Amino acid sequence: MADLVQLLTTNPLAKQLGVPQATRLRRGRELPAGPVVLGLAGGTSSLVRSSLELLGVQPEDALVDTPETRTTQTDDKGRTREVPTPYPGKIGALLVDATQVTSVADLETVRGLLRPAMKGLEPSGRVVVVGVEPETAGAPTAVATQQALEGIVRSVGKELRAGATANLVRVDLLTEEPTTATDLASTLSFLLEGRSAYVSGQVLHVGHADPARVVEIGNARPFEGQVVVVTGAGRGIGAAIAETFARDGALVVAVDVPAAGEGLARVANRIGGTALQLDITTPDAGRRIAAHVAQRFGDAGRIHTIVHNAGITRDKLLANTDEERWGSVLEVNLAAQIRINEVLLDPALPGGLDEAGRIVGVASTSGIAGNRGQTNYAASKAGVIGLVRAMGADPRLAERGITVNAVAPGFIETEMTARIPLATREVGRRINSLQQGGRPVDVAETIAYLAEPASAAVTGQVLRVCGQSQLGA
Amino acid sequence: MSDQTLRDAVIVGGNRIPFGKAGGAYASASNQSMLTAALDGLVARFGLAGEQVGEVAAGAVLKHSRDFNLTREAVLGSALAPTTPAYDLQQACGTGLETVIQVSHKIRLGQIDSGIAGGVDSASDAPIAVGEGLRKALLRASSAKTPMQRVKALAGIRPGDLAPETPRNSEPRTGLSMGEHQARTAREWGITREAQDELAAASHHNLARAWDSGFFDDLATGFLKLSRDQGLRADTSVEKLATLKPVFGTGEGATMTAGNSTPLSDGAALVLLSSREWAQERSLPVLARLVDAEVAAVDYVSGEEGLLMAPAYAVPRLLARQGLTLQDFDYYEIHEAFASTVLATLAAWESEEFCRDRLGLDAPLGAVDRDRLNVHGSSLAAGHPFAATGGRIVAGLAKMLSQKGPGSRGLVSICAAGGQGVVAILEGC
Repeated sequence: MADLVQLLTTNPLAKQLGVPQATRLRRGRELPAGPVVLGLAGGTSSLVRSSLELLGVQPEDALVDTPETRTTQTDDKGRTREVPTPYPGKIGALLVDATQVTSVADLETVRGLLRPAMKGLEPSGRVVVVGVEPETAGAPTAVATQQALEGIVRSVGKELRAGATANLVRVDLLTEEPTTATDLASTLSFLLEGRSAYVSGQVLHVGHADPARVVEIGNARPFEGQVVVVTGAGRGIGAAIAETFARDGALVVAVDVPAAGEGLARVANRIGGTALQLDITTPDAGRRIAAHVAQRFGDAGRIHTIVHNAGITRDKLLANTDEERWGSVLEVNLAAQIRINEVLLDPALPGGLDEAGRIVGVASTSGIAGNRGQTNYAASKAGVIGLVRAMGADPRLAERGITVNAVAPGFIETEMTARIPLATREVGRRINSLQQGGRPVDVAETIAYLAEPASAAVTGQVLRVCGQSQLGA
Repeated sequence: MSDQTLRDAVIVGGNRIPFGKAGGAYASASNQSMLTAALDGLVARFGLAGEQVGEVAAGAVLKHSRDFNLTREAVLGSALAPTTPAYDLQQACGTGLETVIQVSHKIRLGQIDSGIAGGVDSASDAPIAVGEGLRKALLRASSAKTPMQRVKALAGIRPGDLAPETPRNSEPRTGLSMGEHQARTAREWGITREAQDELAAASHHNLARAWDSGFFDDLATGFLKLSRDQGLRADTSVEKLATLKPVFGTGEGATMTAGNSTPLSDGAALVLLSSREWAQERSLPVLARLVDAEVAAVDYVSGEEGLLMAPAYAVPRLLARQGLTLQDFDYYEIHEAFASTVLATLAAWESEEFCRDRLGLDAPLGAVDRDRLNVHGSSLAAGHPFAATGGRIVAGLAKMLSQKGPGSRGLVSICAAGGQGVVAILEGC
């Protein structure tokens, strides 16, 4: 009974009845099957092409829809219309280098590039538009047209079907420290691969990092030999995060409260990591994490990445929320994270965060949009977003090559969301451009992308993993 | 044997599952599942998944016939490498500590570099044997060669044969339960009800404090939704304990209640031991080393000595061998089979008469500082799954000694059925 709606939507008959069907998404480190095509809008730029070269991807030229290139199509009722020349076969991805877009006329080229791809993309295909930060674009027209790209990408994401996604990447070109092809590569790699399956309609910013910090582009095991700490790793999304980092070579320290020890042990043993039972709200939690790392990995052992995934909910309408419900959620989801970061950021602390280390927080779309009955939770998760923005902009951390980012998961299929009442759950699953819930691994892959050494130029970002959910969009 | 110098066997850490009340959280868990869970928690704590350790030694006191290879089966079901050898050992309540001693010896001799020792017991899932009449009939039937012979054998079963032989917590040679035996000892030593209740209340309070402070964060792993010892009563008091009726002994002098006696429990506990080199190579902690151990037995059958008094004999022998006095310890872990066991043992060591006549000493061993006794709680509050007790005590004491610092000393004393006592000395590293 609990899965009646699911039955209705997955039954072959349902498809014939017109119930929207969820596409099986391409996941993992798989590139699109079809060709990656690249188009330029507004002028010549080699940024995206050079970046793809670093990834070993040879793009083909994109088709541009112009009146001259259209053909006349006649339907079975004898009506004729002009249609763009289609691609010879399905394409895997369309990349648009729109970094030179400065005028409204340039936007026409963007349209011309996008139109043939709308029906030409394979399932789980990709549209990636690369523009610049509007604020840095110069003249008001340039700012306006760069901002227009966001409207385009967000709408395209909603129009695409069959698991295809659209995202906008903004780079710095007109600032003192322009983004390089090397800086951009990890983000393009992530967006093209199946790892970004549930990321759509998003805007990411890629800045510039000290070239010495950007290493090993396209490495399938970017965390080989690195220590990664994951809190809340006993189950659900945390377990998937731990597993994903271990798959990519990390030595994982899996942290969870003692009460979750059984699941934590299972996760740690499955991935060959170590289990650290710890309530992150204890005052010395940061020190205990560092002590564990220093003990297990020697005095030189340091943390490459800490993922602050541990979190709790104590949902109630605000009218019924007392200080205990309020406080416990803020304590676990936000305050503990802040305290632990402060301790681990001490460069002198054995087992602390390494130079060029990574901090990744887990926010939530609730923290962006708010959610009825989740004021405390939304406060804590919005707090995480603020924390990440502040730390990402901190020059002292930038100097040390430390990046701070967060993900904001939308509807992810976990034990927790399985307990949501049927109708609400089904709405949560469907009310996004991919018309399905995400999987824990989708969140994990996004976190791993933000944490990988090659993502040194990505900091202060809050990336939604929500299938372009309408909630908080 | 060549005169090679023995190397140290060190305690790296331990893991147990919280202890359940008989018929409680682990009512449907088997010895094998509990031991496997304890192993997996230990493996996860030290990142040993897929690794082979020298050996795993464990055991259970109440053991089903199907569990003849219990420890090896638990290893096979765990995350340890399937090439890890294992064996079972049984010395009643001394089982867990005895396995620690055995594994330590092999490490000290260089036969193995690492090992896991401990035990498991389930009072809930205790084996029930069938009566002799039924058992013999079933054996005859299973060896029958023709259907008729089988029918004949089974037809021989009488209604009276169907009553099961329930497991008894009693000594086969005296027919007396352990509690009844101890009640005699308590009376003999004049152990008061008040003193017993005080010790019991302290055990609960100390254990509750230890859980609250996170002392067990790296010593225990939750199992089947139990994340603390089920028998723990943080809010108990001497006054509350005083209201309980005696359950062992008879008449006016009966002082032993369910409150100051250890309840039957379910659980498993393990200790990871190794050479210093093995631990250092893996960047694992070295908490303490096993200095020495001793086992004694007393003639309780004739009534010459109390069933649970053997540690009173084992400890002085150990002290003499090590050139130590009873006061040379930072911590004392004396297993509380009953509060009166601990008190009778302490009284014996303070008694000039006992130390002279029974131990052959010139002077009494003297008193111990009670503030150093079972400081993080013990069996009365935690519960006592027989074979699991040694692992619980050794791992906890090793951690305490490590925190106290190098050279600190701890004494472990565990009494066991059959009139035996297993004791050991640990030293902080």
